[in-house]
Amino acid sequence: MSDQILVQPELADVHIDVDSDDLSRSEVILKGALAAGAVYGAVMVGPFVGRALAMSESGDVGILNFALTLEYLESTFYREAKTRAKASGDLKSLIELVGRDEDEHVGALTETIKKLGGKPVAEPKFDFPYSNTAGFLKLAQTFEDTGVSAYNGAAPQIKSKEVLEAAGSIVQVEARHAAAIRLQNGEEPSPVAFDPALPEAKVLKAVEPFIA
Amino acid sequence: MAVANKESALWRVAKDPVSRRKLLAVTGGSTALAAFLAACGSDSDSTTTMATSGGGGKSGTEKFGKGDVGILNYALTLEYLETAFYADVVKSGLFKGSDLETIRKFGSEEAEHVTALTGFVKQLGGKPAPKPKTEFPLKSAKSVLELAATVENLGAAAYLGQAPYIKGASVLSAALSIHSVEGRHAAALNTLLGESITPDGAFAKAAPASEVLKSVEPFIVG
Repeated sequence: MSDQILVQPELADVHIDVDSDDLSRSEVILKGALAAGAVYGAVMVGPFVGRALAMSESGDVGILNFALTLEYLESTFYREAKTRAKASGDLKSLIELVGRDEDEHVGALTETIKKLGGKPVAEPKFDFPYSNTAGFLKLAQTFEDTGVSAYNGAAPQIKSKEVLEAAGSIVQVEARHAAAIRLQNGEEPSPVAFDPALPEAKVLKAVEPFIA
Repeated sequence: MAVANKESALWRVAKDPVSRRKLLAVTGGSTALAAFLAACGSDSDSTTTMATSGGGGKSGTEKFGKGDVGILNYALTLEYLETAFYADVVKSGLFKGSDLETIRKFGSEEAEHVTALTGFVKQLGGKPAPKPKTEFPLKSAKSVLELAATVENLGAAAYLGQAPYIKGASVLSAALSIHSVEGRHAAALNTLLGESITPDGAFAKAAPASEVLKSVEPFIVG
């Protein structure tokens, strides 16, 4: 990837590690999603995730486990940020609010996976590349935009209407976080009217290296 | 970019508790909106299970057409309403500078939704819903902003309410993509008003079509 011009270079420096030897499918897809986002921008994440989940054929539990991995990333990110981001005032409150929401998403997804008879993935270890408030905000914006795109890409693969509705209620909250973080960055809260549709061939090319 | 500007006059008004109280008095005049807001009260019990109403029963959009066409036409009606609202707000002269730019931007995104939904309905062989005649109370910048937030939060809840009823994968993708944009608009307006960006907590609430249509009734005049 180092030869390529990265649209979202900060994503390329996010590290995900697991204690156990067997890297779960969810982590593989999340790594791929971040790589796709780094190369093509956050808008590519949705099509990537949709395609990857369709190819992985792991059903609703697989999709929920992917979502759980993503929420673990966000939850850890905001927990660390409480001290690392050196935030004050409105931003400090926002970090606390968003962090609480992500924690609740982790809890709800874990319970739902269990309810469906699945095994929730273990929490991976993450390494986030930033050293100051501005760096935190930049990464936060990319993560939230990535999260929205990922859920939107994954949702049409969901079989159960109940799970779909639940995923919808989470993605709307991610979109709200994205808008609020973007405002903190002085950026437009909704940069585009839609997540653009991307050609299948482009999506496949991005997915292949990550899906065995 | 405009919305983020905390120096703007709008932001100062939004942060002022006296203006906020006055505004609530103004918007309290609309009983349908008040009822809607009460129905959407943040009474989430914050449990760790994902409570859902499920996808059983009817979407409530049958009067707009069968199946996905009905849902798309229902969404189209709401997008027409939002587009007309923002167009009226731009014309009202209540906003200037960066605030006006934000309103224009949101309005243009709603107009894009109208175009896309119209195209989808036609693609499915349906007849696009007609553009409703609308009228909005545009008294002051503050009350308009509050109304905008109400409409956007309602719009986001409306899309969420329809997701489980959508049959076609591409229709679902499009609806989800619009849904999150409505959520972004809602959060931005809530931020301007000094309200919580996530009034329902960590899980957004869905609104059934019957409730949404009742709430927007006062603004549709023909």
